[in-house]
Amino acid sequence: MDLDGTAATPMRTPTPLRSGHAAQPTADAPGAANAASAASAASAASAASAALPARGRRLRVSARSAPYVLLLPFITLFLVFGLFPLLFSLVLAFQSWEPTSGLGAMHYVGLANFAFALTDEWFWKSMFNTLWLAVAGGVPQHLVAIPLACFIHAGFQRARNLVLGAYFVPYITSTVAVAIVFTLLYSTDYGLVNAVIGAMAKWPVVGALLPQQAIDWLNDPDTLKPAIAVLVFWRFVGFNIVLYLAGLQAIPKDLYEAATIDGAGPLQQFLHITLPGLRPMILFGVTLSVVGGLQLFEEPFILTPDGRGGSDQAGMTAAVYLYRMAFDFNDFGAASAMSWLLFVAVGAITWAIHRWIGRGLR
Amino acid sequence: MSAMRSSSPAGRWAAYGLVGVGALLMLAPFWFMFVFATHSRTEIFSLPPPMWFGDDLLANLRILGEKIPFWRNLGWSLYVALASTALTLLFCSMGGYAFAMFEFRFKKALFALVMGTMLLPSFMSMIPTFMVMDALGWIDQPRALYIPGAASAFGIFLMRQYVLSAVPRELIEAARMDGCGELGIYARVVLPLLKPALGTLGLVTFIGSWNNFIGPLIVLRSPETYTLPLALRSLQSPADTEWGALMAGAAVATLPLLVLFGLASRQLIAGLTVGAVKQ
Repeated sequence: MDLDGTAATPMRTPTPLRSGHAAQPTADAPGAANAASAASAASAASAASAALPARGRRLRVSARSAPYVLLLPFITLFLVFGLFPLLFSLVLAFQSWEPTSGLGAMHYVGLANFAFALTDEWFWKSMFNTLWLAVAGGVPQHLVAIPLACFIHAGFQRARNLVLGAYFVPYITSTVAVAIVFTLLYSTDYGLVNAVIGAMAKWPVVGALLPQQAIDWLNDPDTLKPAIAVLVFWRFVGFNIVLYLAGLQAIPKDLYEAATIDGAGPLQQFLHITLPGLRPMILFGVTLSVVGGLQLFEEPFILTPDGRGGSDQAGMTAAVYLYRMAFDFNDFGAASAMSWLLFVAVGAITWAIHRWIGRGLR
Repeated sequence: MSAMRSSSPAGRWAAYGLVGVGALLMLAPFWFMFVFATHSRTEIFSLPPPMWFGDDLLANLRILGEKIPFWRNLGWSLYVALASTALTLLFCSMGGYAFAMFEFRFKKALFALVMGTMLLPSFMSMIPTFMVMDALGWIDQPRALYIPGAASAFGIFLMRQYVLSAVPRELIEAARMDGCGELGIYARVVLPLLKPALGTLGLVTFIGSWNNFIGPLIVLRSPETYTLPLALRSLQSPADTEWGALMAGAAVATLPLLVLFGLASRQLIAGLTVGAVKQ
């Protein structure tokens, strides 16, 4: 239990903490509540055991074997469907195999699958697309989420959960359903996006910056990636706002009061108190965005015809490509090799981010 | 606090405006999903596109039912999500309790292993999972979705944390003294205390299963057993998409989640970011 945190906070800040801890995890049940629930549950426990004897004895498990019995279902599933497939895919990466020819047809090919992947033009293209989308879909989320979280933190009390809900709700809805809606909004001749751009193109000044013809968002290789990135941004920006709101609540208010007394303006306070205070959250949020962005599958899969990655493979992410490698081209060995290469890339990039933003954090 | 408290009223209203307009933009795609769900394809493809509800919802739902076994698909989605939630809650609460309250051999290593696989990208298991399901003969079987899903690393993490913070050891000792069996302690003492965490995990699991696309894409083959996301996907064809019907289907897939979110937004937001906030 975090004694330090619970005891020290009221002393540092005499005002009660802001209500509406939207981002507080339920697991943080305060100590007092624990004691209370313990007391009430203790009586429940003896009541339960009093009612028990008749039936309970048949299923009696000793305290020594209890953890194994309790863990058995979970661990069985974990081994069969979690760990085994993973190890198997490592084996598969060194094999040549087509699913149609049965497991016996598998044979060892050494590093051939990796060599194939690394010399495959589409593999590199898909890696580039993935990285492009992870950056273009990910970085703006944080550039927008940080100031928005500050505004919401400072200015919204009663409407706070409502506003937060509006930003968060895309995160919980079916990617497929919303991606299909976006497909329609992006449609060339009748899509709402082009309709809005077309209307704005008639305005003075602004209009000059906008294209005068309808954009073929999902079929033009140049616009497909930005179109996907917008969907990614829309889906995840709310998640980051929640993260940063939690981060803002952890910054002591007296820092701001002291800064105000010292005559620091809002911008200076933001730069010298808020941003440094949010740094652990920024590190965490950016890592999540990048790791998530590098796995991007559903958004490009739905937005491109037949999930093929679009014309000129402009929207084919690495995850989409390895799906196609396995299920369109039936090369499971190469697909497995690619998944491990991608995994190494994800690990390396995560590590680099930690080095970069995490400097001085630990 | 801070930045805005001390700034001018004008700046303040600009910030309100910005946040408000942003919120409306975020909600706009949902608005058009529901509006388009009530229009025919020709109406959707007119300029400007419809902004308000029409009266073709029932017609769209009828088209859906004709083109794909939509109501069956909806049923499968619900069935898989409920089964997945039930199994996850049961197995993860059992396992989480074991990890939190017992000492046994390889405990640390096992927990680290489970957590380690949680951090792995989802595409890693895509291909081997297909092969395992193929070997088990589970291709095209809904159980291929809800049974593996029950081994949720997030679930076991959440449960373990919650047991540690909400279940006092003395209570378990007391129950043992009273002669309560170990499984009885789990079922009658621990489980009732876990209700809040079970609620959170249940919501997260249900939503995850309801929205799951990659899983069904890999193991389901026939339109009869498709879950909703896959069924919607199958309606998309480059040449001849019934957009009104497709939007109605998307709306049906989205509506339950919006209702759940409306009822439990706080718990959901906390649950979905819990790993994050706990760091």
